[in-house]
Amino acid sequence: MNPFEYAQPNTEAEAVALLAERGSTVLASGMDLMPLLRKSVVETERVVDISRVESLRGIEAVGGGVTIGVLSTLEDIACNPLLADYPSLKDVNEGIRAIQVQQNGTLGGDLCHLPNCWYFRSGYGLLGRENGKSLPEIGDNRYHAIFGNAGPAKFVSASRFAPALIAWGAKVRIAGPEPDAEKWLPLEEFYQTPKTERHGVTVLTPGQLLTHVWLPSAENKVSATYEVLEMEGLDWPLASAAATLELEAGRVRTATIVLGHVAPTPWFSLVAADVLVGQPVTPQLAQAAGEAAVSEATPLSENAYKVRLAQTSVKRALLKATNQLEGGL
Amino acid sequence: MVELKVEWKPRNENTVFNHPAVRTDGVDKASGFAKYSTDYTGNGSLHVRLLTARHAHAMIKTLNVRDAKRMDGVQEVYVFPFREPANGMLYEVQWEGEPIVAVAADTPAQAEAGVRAIEIAYYVLDHLVNDQYLEAATELGLTKPGRTAEEGEEGEVDKAISSAAVVHRGSYGIQAITHCCLEPHGSTCAWEGEDKLNVELSTQNVSGTGGQFAGPLGIDAANVTVHCDYIGGGFGSKFAADEWGLACAEIAKATKRPVQLHLDRPTELQIAGSRPSAFADVTVAANQDGTIVAWDSHHWGTDGIRGGTVTQVPYVIQPKLRRVRTTGLITNTGPARAWRAPNHPQACALTSTAIDDLAAALGMDPYDVFLKNLNLATGSQSKNPQEVYAEEMKVAEGLMDWKGKWKGRGQWDDNGWKRGLGMAIHTWGGRAGGGSCTIKVHQDGTVETFAGTQDLGTGTRTCIGQVVAESFGLPLSAVQVNIGSSKYPQSGASGGSTTIGGVSGPHRRAALDALGKIFDKVAAKYEVDAASLSAKDGKILNGENVVCTWQQAAGLVGPMGLEVMGEGPKDDGLTSDGVCGVQMVDLSVDTETGRVKINKYVAVQDIGTIVNHQLAKSQVLGAMIQCISYGLSEERIMDNASGRFLNANLRDYKLPRIGDIGELVVEFYEPDSQYNKGVVGLGEPPVISGGAAISNAVANAIGVRVPVLPLTPKRILDALANA
Repeated sequence: MNPFEYAQPNTEAEAVALLAERGSTVLASGMDLMPLLRKSVVETERVVDISRVESLRGIEAVGGGVTIGVLSTLEDIACNPLLADYPSLKDVNEGIRAIQVQQNGTLGGDLCHLPNCWYFRSGYGLLGRENGKSLPEIGDNRYHAIFGNAGPAKFVSASRFAPALIAWGAKVRIAGPEPDAEKWLPLEEFYQTPKTERHGVTVLTPGQLLTHVWLPSAENKVSATYEVLEMEGLDWPLASAAATLELEAGRVRTATIVLGHVAPTPWFSLVAADVLVGQPVTPQLAQAAGEAAVSEATPLSENAYKVRLAQTSVKRALLKATNQLEGGL
Repeated sequence: MVELKVEWKPRNENTVFNHPAVRTDGVDKASGFAKYSTDYTGNGSLHVRLLTARHAHAMIKTLNVRDAKRMDGVQEVYVFPFREPANGMLYEVQWEGEPIVAVAADTPAQAEAGVRAIEIAYYVLDHLVNDQYLEAATELGLTKPGRTAEEGEEGEVDKAISSAAVVHRGSYGIQAITHCCLEPHGSTCAWEGEDKLNVELSTQNVSGTGGQFAGPLGIDAANVTVHCDYIGGGFGSKFAADEWGLACAEIAKATKRPVQLHLDRPTELQIAGSRPSAFADVTVAANQDGTIVAWDSHHWGTDGIRGGTVTQVPYVIQPKLRRVRTTGLITNTGPARAWRAPNHPQACALTSTAIDDLAAALGMDPYDVFLKNLNLATGSQSKNPQEVYAEEMKVAEGLMDWKGKWKGRGQWDDNGWKRGLGMAIHTWGGRAGGGSCTIKVHQDGTVETFAGTQDLGTGTRTCIGQVVAESFGLPLSAVQVNIGSSKYPQSGASGGSTTIGGVSGPHRRAALDALGKIFDKVAAKYEVDAASLSAKDGKILNGENVVCTWQQAAGLVGPMGLEVMGEGPKDDGLTSDGVCGVQMVDLSVDTETGRVKINKYVAVQDIGTIVNHQLAKSQVLGAMIQCISYGLSEERIMDNASGRFLNANLRDYKLPRIGDIGELVVEFYEPDSQYNKGVVGLGEPPVISGGAAISNAVANAIGVRVPVLPLTPKRILDALANA
C-alpha cells in the first residue's frame, strides 16, 4: 500500500473539511478499505478515520421513525429494540455469518462498500476495462449484473442492507462539503451507475460524508430479506430481495420490492410490486411476483442462473415476510 | 543375545498402540506455543516482498530495479534467474504470479515500497488458460496427444458396445483446484559464517531439502540444516526448496541477516501448485443384468504449461474391453503439484459418475451395479479388492441405510427439496516410505527418539510415541519424540501416504532391538531367561512375575545410555500397502437456488493396522471436508479474457465452513485380517471418492447429471435449465 496521511477528526465539520481535498478516503471499521489499500486497488492521499465522531453513533427514535448513525455496527442494528419492527434488517444481519463482521462492520461501511467484482479488485477499475474492452463482458461474469448492465458498468452493488432500507423508504443524510451543509436523500438516490471511471458508485463528492440513515415508522408493515448465499459461512449473496408490505384485510395495500446484487445499484422492481397490490400473498402470487421481477432481466454470457436466483429471492422474501416460507436455505 | 520377533503385539495386548490418543502436541498448537516457520522472526530479520508477473504469458521487455535499491530500508534486491533481459534474451513469463524480483527491507512496508519502485515492461503474448474446451485448444495447437490404450483385440471394444444391451454416453469433468495451505510456502534463512545455512522451512520433506539448497548455493549439503517442527498444511505441495526458498537464502547471505520470505496469499494460490483438471467423454456399455462389458473414453485436462493430464481412467472398475485416449492441454496456468492422492479424485470423478449414470440407464440401484462389477476391480491396489469392497459396501450401506432410503432419480421429495444418495469407491497404495530412526534409552529410564521426519498435522509425533511406548510397556507420555530436523536420521518425505508406515516400522524395529538388549542385561543380573521376558506397565516381567521396574532395567545400560537404530521399510509384516474404501453421501438440493445441503456422509476405510484411531479418524474427517469443498465450491477460476486467476484469494476461492459440512460418519474396516496386515498410510485414500459420491447424489436427487465438479448453484441451475 502507498503511504498516506492519517487523520482522526472529532466532529462532522472536521471530517468534512478533511475530506474536501480530492484523494481523501473515509475509514469506518476498515473491513472493505484495508484490503483495497493493501492491494493498491484504492490509492489515497489521506485516510479520514471517523471513529471518534460521536454524532455518527447511536440509534434514536425521531418523529415516529428511527435514525441510525452510520457508525452503528451490524450487531447494534440487529439487537436494538427500536428496530425490532424492521425484521428485514435483522434478516440481513443473520445472513452475515461472521461474528467479527457483525460486531465490527458498520452500516455506513456496508452502504458504501465498493463492488466485489473480481476485475475491479484485480486493479482494472470499476468498469473492468483493458485495452478498450470490457473484461466483465467478454470474460467471466458469473457473479455480475443481470439488470442495468447495458452501459459500461457490469458489477453488482455490494451493499447488503441497502435493498432492505430502500424497501422501507429510508433516507440518508449527507453532510458537507461546506462545514454546515447537509441534505437528505432517498437512499435509492444515493447510488449511481458509473459511466466512466471518474464516476463513483454513490453520489458523494469530495467533502461529503454519509452520516445517518432515517427510517420511517414501521407502522403495521411487514418485511423480510431473502439472500441466496453460495456458502453457509461468510460469503456475498449471489442475489437477494427485500420486501416491505403494507397489508390491509389480508391484502397487499402497498408493496416495495428491491433486489440486491443483481445490478450496479440496488434494483427496484415496480413490476413485482404491481403484481402484488390488491392481492393476498399466496405462494402462487409470490411466484408470479418473482417471475415479474425478472421479466426484464438481461443476463450476461455466464450468469443466466442469477435470473432464477433473483426470481426465487423475490418469491421467498414475500413468503418470509408473511410467515409462509418453508424449506430452502 | 535374545532376538525379539519383529511383529506387532497381538491386538488384545496393546494398551497404547492401536488405541485412540490425543495428540501429544495438541496443547502447544492450540495455545500458540508451537512455532511454525513464519514465527521465526526477530534478531533483525529482513522482510521480503515479491514482484510477480501480472500476465499469463508475456516476455519481460525491460526490468529496472535501480530505484528500488535506493528506497528507505531496502537492504537487498534479488532478481530471479534469467528474468532480467540480457544479450537480447528475454524471459518468457508462462503464468500469472511467476516471481520476478524479491525486495528485502527492514519492514514489510519498506519492502512493498521497494517493489513499487521497480520498473518493468512486458511484451504481452496470447494466452490460453481455459482448460475445459478441447476444441479451442486444438485449434490453437496447444494440445499434447497422449496415448491411446486399448485392452482387447482390435475392434472388440466397438463390437461389444454395439451389441450391448445398454450403452451410456456422457461427459464429465472436474475443475482444477489449487493448493492454499493456511501457512503459505516459505522459509526463514540465516547463515552462520560464509558456508553454514540454517533454514526454518515449511516443508513435507525435512530430510530431503538440504541438498536442494546446497547445490545451487555452492555449499556442502552437510552445512545445511533444515528445521520444521510444525507445518500449516502441505498436502503434496511442499517437497522442494523452491526458487523463492533459494532467493531467501541468497538474500540472507548477501545481507548477513536472517531473512523471512513467505508467499503472500494470492501468490500462494497462483504458483504453489495446483491439482490438474480433467474432463472426459465416456461411453460405457453393460448387459441387462448390470455387468459392464466395455469402456471407451477420451479425457483431457491440464497440468499447466507442460501439457499433461491425468491417468488411471477408468478408475478401479476396469472392464476387460476398454479403450482410453488422452489429450493434455498446454495452458498458461500455474504449475501442478501433487495434491492429496494425485490423479485419483479426478479419475474417480470421471469413472464412478459414468457408472452411476449407467446404473440409471439400466434402472438399477448403483450399489448393485458396483457390487456386480467388483470382479473387474483390477484397478484397485488392494490384494483382495473384491472381498474388501463388498464388505465395506455392506458396512457403509448399513450406516447409511442405503437400501432403506434408496429411490430412483428425482423421486425423493423432501419438504420442498430434492434429496438423493450417491456412492463411489476408491483405492490407494500407501506403502511405507524409506527411512531410519534412532532410539535412545537413558540410564534413568527416559526414552528419546530421533527421526528426520515431519508432522503434517496428522499426528506423526504422537504415533511414533505410541509405537515406542507400546514396545517398552510405558505410557505415551514417557517417550520424548524428536522430529523435524535434517540433522536427525534420514526419514522420507511425507507424500503418498507413506509416512505412518515409514516411521512406525523403523521405530518398532529399533524399539524391539533396544528391548532385546535390555532383556539380556536384565536376564544376566536377575538370572532369568531373556527370551521369557516382557515389558508391561513400566515393569519387566518374567511370565506373570515382576523382575524389576523399567527404570531398574534401564539403569543397567550404563551412563552412556543405550542407542539403537531402526530402518525401513522391510518385508517383515510391520507395514503393508493397498487399500480400498467406500464413500456414500445423502444430500438435499434446493432446485430453485442450486444450493446443496449435505445431510449425511459416510466413509468406510481400511488401512491395515491402525496406530491411533482418533488421529486416523481426524485424517478421514479432514479428507471428507476437502471432498465437500472440491465437490461443491472449490475451484480455480481462470479467466480467458485477462489470463488471470480471478479467485486467487480466500474470499472468492470458496472453501466450506462448518455449516456446509453436515453429519460425517467415519468407520474403519478393521477385522483381524486388517489388523494383521500391517500399517498402511491413510493420507490419500479418503479424499478420493467423495467428489464423485456427491455428484452421484446430486444426480439422484434432481434427476439430471451436473457434469462438472464443483457443483455450484450456477452449474446445478444451468444443468436443470438445459435438461
